[in-house]
Amino acid sequence: MLFYPCFICGGNEMMKILLLSILLLASTGAWAADSSAPKLDIGKGGQCVEDTQWMRKNHMHLLKHQRDEALRKGIRDEKISLKNCIECHASTKDDSVIARDDSFCVGCHRYEAVKPDCFECHSGTRKSAWLQQRNAK
Amino acid sequence: MSEIDTHRRNFLKTSAGAAAVAIAPGFMLFDIAHGKAEGASSKVRWGMLIDTAQCKTGCDECVTACNKENGLSGGTAATDSQWIRKIEIKDVSSGRELSLPMMCQHCENPPCVDVCPTNASMKRADGIVLVDKHRCIGCRYCMMACPYKARSFVHEPLHNQNPDVPRGKGTVESCTLCVHRIDEGKQPACVESCPNKAILFGDLNDTNSEIAMKVRTVASVQIRADLHLNPGVRYQGI
Repeated sequence: MLFYPCFICGGNEMMKILLLSILLLASTGAWAADSSAPKLDIGKGGQCVEDTQWMRKNHMHLLKHQRDEALRKGIRDEKISLKNCIECHASTKDDSVIARDDSFCVGCHRYEAVKPDCFECHSGTRKSAWLQQRNAK
Repeated sequence: MSEIDTHRRNFLKTSAGAAAVAIAPGFMLFDIAHGKAEGASSKVRWGMLIDTAQCKTGCDECVTACNKENGLSGGTAATDSQWIRKIEIKDVSSGRELSLPMMCQHCENPPCVDVCPTNASMKRADGIVLVDKHRCIGCRYCMMACPYKARSFVHEPLHNQNPDVPRGKGTVESCTLCVHRIDEGKQPACVESCPNKAILFGDLNDTNSEIAMKVRTVASVQIRADLHLNPGVRYQGI
């Protein structure tokens, strides 16, 4: 086994462990105390596809796969569809996932500084709300 | 074949059958819960038969219904999207006048698909010609290629689109045959709205469908049939 001298504390093993644990504590503390993390209006919420952490990481892959299946092949999986996401996650106040700063899509995307293109074309509103608005005209 | 072999064979056959029975109810539930999981079928060819004798001059119910369904402004300026138009034609020698709706003819060999550099212009397995706006770069080659002038370009940013009909600036669009309604088992909006039932919609490949029977028995033409595009929209009485 090879031992490399620690450049910070000059090879003192105890000091090394202490320093590492302090660093570790400091970093986890920073995550937990992040007050700027987005607080979202999740609408009705609930889980129908995968758990929250999985969805945070992978929802874009599902949507991208599904959009090609639905448009080009006509395979309309109702569960994994943008429209169905909006159906549950649109705010109960304004029926939208993009209307406000804490709306379901906007909240995280603004925090992560990633601009979603979806809503250049797609509606961010619940279908029922859209129908109501159209029929009121 | 030895006796053991035939036993194995029979065992595999029966267990496969049992598995299929056990799975089948699950599949059925899945189909009910999630709509059409199997997608568009190439056994189907959606088409329309338009009876010009029933299409009244001055009536534009189909156009209004299309605009409402797909969220079009209804404007007719050069930069406004028009998915369906009413056309008045007159035979100069006889003076006979006709009125008919004109939209994407959903060709079997669509020139818009041929020219598209990004494969955005596409034909679905069931014959519906669509624009995949995820891929469309707005070059408008397809608009040039279409002999029916059926396509429009979106020039301005749009808001409040129908959740079932995404539309956006910088892409080309045209009649989708109300694909979102067809996939739900409904008829296109223009067909449903026509007060004279001048538009007949259905599966041209299904020999027992109303449209297939009518196409077999009455004289109908495809517009610009000389181009051999084989449009899915046919006109009667031109």
